[in-house]
Amino acid sequence: MDYLLTEEQIMIRDLARQIAVEKIVPVRAELDEQNKFPRDIMKSIAQADLYALFIPEAYGGLGKKSLELCIVVEELSKACLGVATTYASSALGTYPILLYGSEEQKKKFLPDVASGKSLVAFGLTEANAGSDASGIQTTAKLEGNEYVLNGTKQWITNGGEAELYTIIAITDKSKGPRGASAFIVEKGTPGFTFGKKENKMGIRASSTTELIFNNCRIPKENLISKQGMGFIIAMKTLDSSRTGVGAMGVGVAQGAIDESISFAKNRVQFGQPITSFQAIQHMFADMQTQTEAARALVYSVARFIDSGAKDFSRASAMAKLFGTDVSMKVTTDAVQIMGGSGYMKEYPAEKMMRDAKILQIFEGANQIQRNVIALDMVREATRAK
Amino acid sequence: MNIIVLVKQVPDTSEVKINRETNTLIRDGVPSIINPYDRYAIEEALRLREKHGGKVTAVTMGPPQAVEALKEAVSLGVDDVVLLSDRAFAGADTWATSYALSQGIRKIGDFDLVIAGKQAIDGDTAQVGPETADMLGIPFVAYIRKIEQVEGKKMVAERLMDEGYDVVETSLPALITVVKEINEPRVPSLKGKMKAKSLKVAAWSAADIGADENKIGLRGSPTQVVRIFPPSPRGQREILSGSVEEQVAHLAKKLKAQSLI
Repeated sequence: MDYLLTEEQIMIRDLARQIAVEKIVPVRAELDEQNKFPRDIMKSIAQADLYALFIPEAYGGLGKKSLELCIVVEELSKACLGVATTYASSALGTYPILLYGSEEQKKKFLPDVASGKSLVAFGLTEANAGSDASGIQTTAKLEGNEYVLNGTKQWITNGGEAELYTIIAITDKSKGPRGASAFIVEKGTPGFTFGKKENKMGIRASSTTELIFNNCRIPKENLISKQGMGFIIAMKTLDSSRTGVGAMGVGVAQGAIDESISFAKNRVQFGQPITSFQAIQHMFADMQTQTEAARALVYSVARFIDSGAKDFSRASAMAKLFGTDVSMKVTTDAVQIMGGSGYMKEYPAEKMMRDAKILQIFEGANQIQRNVIALDMVREATRAK
Repeated sequence: MNIIVLVKQVPDTSEVKINRETNTLIRDGVPSIINPYDRYAIEEALRLREKHGGKVTAVTMGPPQAVEALKEAVSLGVDDVVLLSDRAFAGADTWATSYALSQGIRKIGDFDLVIAGKQAIDGDTAQVGPETADMLGIPFVAYIRKIEQVEGKKMVAERLMDEGYDVVETSLPALITVVKEINEPRVPSLKGKMKAKSLKVAAWSAADIGADENKIGLRGSPTQVVRIFPPSPRGQREILSGSVEEQVAHLAKKLKAQSLI
């Protein structure tokens, strides 16, 4: 398939692919096995200007958009979803500043994101606030020129590794969802510490920790937009980033297809390579068709967003939903095709299958994506009457 | 610190097939790449620049398409490139190549260090580095695996040997060749790739570098290729350890066992 990428987009894809092949594939099993954060790879990604990709030119970036970001995320995900998650989460954490940050905040924080000096994390989830974000208990109270943060964020990707954290906290409990606000917290701020690093089923190269705020004082200039904008900022951030999660699904699915077909070509049973059996052929045909359909959807939605669309919740939810459901199915089938070998850690298929599972869960469980899609459909049908 | 890196465009030998009748390489349709050892040279130059400031210039001699190797160098971050390209350079052996390169380097002028890969993967001679240094009249150190220190006009580095390494001090300017142990080359940057894409390189001709026409190209090449054959493999080796007495006893026993003494 040719997606009519520009020469520049192909250049970006090739560069991400080069990083995947030269820097990620040789170490991915070790990172997974040892739960090890990929610091050297992040350095290569920074050196290659891939953090600059999604930052506007005015702040030291390259001013590229969703499609370019999806292309990079897809290539990294082919090699290792843990690495791709680390990279993509930095973009996720940056969106609140990109979308709603003041000129001063952009000038202060974005150049270091572009250069790769600052990795970023997004802190929304809490023990009692997952799919139901209104359960947030972390508070921020204005005292003089400072906000004082208290509470604990859970399962935060890049926790402990990121320099910058965009945090959603409650500033006015009486206002419900309209009482949340978004803040920028820098690592090293007194009263801001990290809980233990989580031991995960997959994406083990990525760091996931609690963020603990104990009378953590931040300058009031670190409030993003206005008080009460927290939920809107969080929702728009997730709308913008979800397509990228779909791209992760496409990447890991394609990676699993590539691994399993090269294995199957050489796996001889009953005197012939198993690729000569129709049962296997049909599995591959379905896997690639689904993956290609997911890719087409992800790219289309990315292009739709990049065209300047205002409301793309439904579109990005569909890209996330479909891309990630496909990735779970395709990686599971890849393990199936590879049989006993697929189940062993000597081959990357089992890791891909473990990694893929998170995609159906994080950045809005796929059940929530269906809610978003259906709600928008019903709303549209009601308006049409 | 101003650094010149010598690069060579070579066929990607992982893609090369051999003509069994003539025992020569089939180069048709084989993609060209930067000699892999030169990527370590470029990386080391970039790291030295990051530490000490200055400028990195990549130099190559080759046909007009060798500009692709220079573009790759730019995508990795080198500041400037020089392409030595002239029909008169064609057919050069290592001696004539080294002469042309040394003339090009003289024209560039101001430099503190020249870095090259230990050898090119096509010819595998490892001669151009030392010959170029000799023609420039500067010190040469081969097989550098680590640059320990650069201070003023002096450099301390580790030279990889068969067993262990030497610590070598040299005055600057000097020419060094590097081995793959020295670093892990970076991938290109997007900004570098964009810069490389629009890069226009004006080639320097033999006249531009004031080359003596009797010293370049086929005419300037004393080498005659009589026969090409793979080198015979090194035999089994064993390094003895222990006290001198133990080693002697061990050696005597081995030689006796082989009926050599």
